Amino acid sequence: MNGWSALDRFLRTDPRDVGCAQAMEMLHIYAELAAAGAQVEERYPGVATHLRACGPCGEDFEGLLAAVRDEKP
Amino acid sequence: MTEHITAVAGLDSDSAEWPHVLAGTGPRREEALARLHGLLLRIARGEVARRGPRLRLTGPELDDLAYQAAADALVAITGKLGQFRGESRFTTWAYKFVMFEVSAKIGRHFWRHPSVRLDAEDWERLPDRFGFDPAREAEWRDLLAALHRAVDQELTARQRRVFVALVLNAVPLDTLVIELGTNRNAIYKTLFDARRKLRAALAANGYIGDDGGRRS
Repeated sequence: MNGWSALDRFLRTDPRDVGCAQAMEMLHIYAELAAAGAQVEERYPGVATHLRACGPCGEDFEGLLAAVRDEKP
Repeated sequence: MTEHITAVAGLDSDSAEWPHVLAGTGPRREEALARLHGLLLRIARGEVARRGPRLRLTGPELDDLAYQAAADALVAITGKLGQFRGESRFTTWAYKFVMFEVSAKIGRHFWRHPSVRLDAEDWERLPDRFGFDPAREAEWRDLLAALHRAVDQELTARQRRVFVALVLNAVPLDTLVIELGTNRNAIYKTLFDARRKLRAALAANGYIGDDGGRRS
């Protein structure tokens, strides 16, 4: 990724973005559905948008997803 | 924007049992607490190991962090049992608090770290933050000068402080949360509004297109 596209990505905001509070509230549901192969990005586009844009929430999601997948029978 | 939960997983027997036992008293509760702590610690260790390569933390520090995260997650979980509504397995809900505690502990670690500079301003680092090629400075010099002007002229004092810390100084967001005594959502919203203002200013002055594309 070059500087132009990185800056463009940083400045681009999506009105569907639900913010950290709601994403954190729903993270366990979203992660479990994602681990089960559900179309979570279609079902919860605002959460998906947020998890792509917010580094810390995205990191928490990746960690929880890894934990859930590890637990799967 | 608010999204409502529409998917409710059927509650398995373990997930129904956990909150019931943890809300009780006596040896059964103590056993459940010990068992849950063991699960949380395993997840916390896995998570710090997953994040470890990107952190400047050594083995003992990582394990200490995992212990603290598991212990604090257990406190959070037992204090919020009433908030578990069976929308996922109980353990998935519980592990979420491990992730939050690991993030918070890492944020606190860097807050104590002397190399983390919250308010210093070195605008020479801005090109590197976005990966602009120094050899092609002639192509981006005016754009970044305009961005600097927009930061100075368009942002509120708080938006500017958050931009400087997160973007210019690469301070982790969870560290800034501690420094400003606020929460992740408030910092994210402040930066979200700042990003929108900066894009509008750059577009209004012809540096980027309204669609975000580069003006040639």
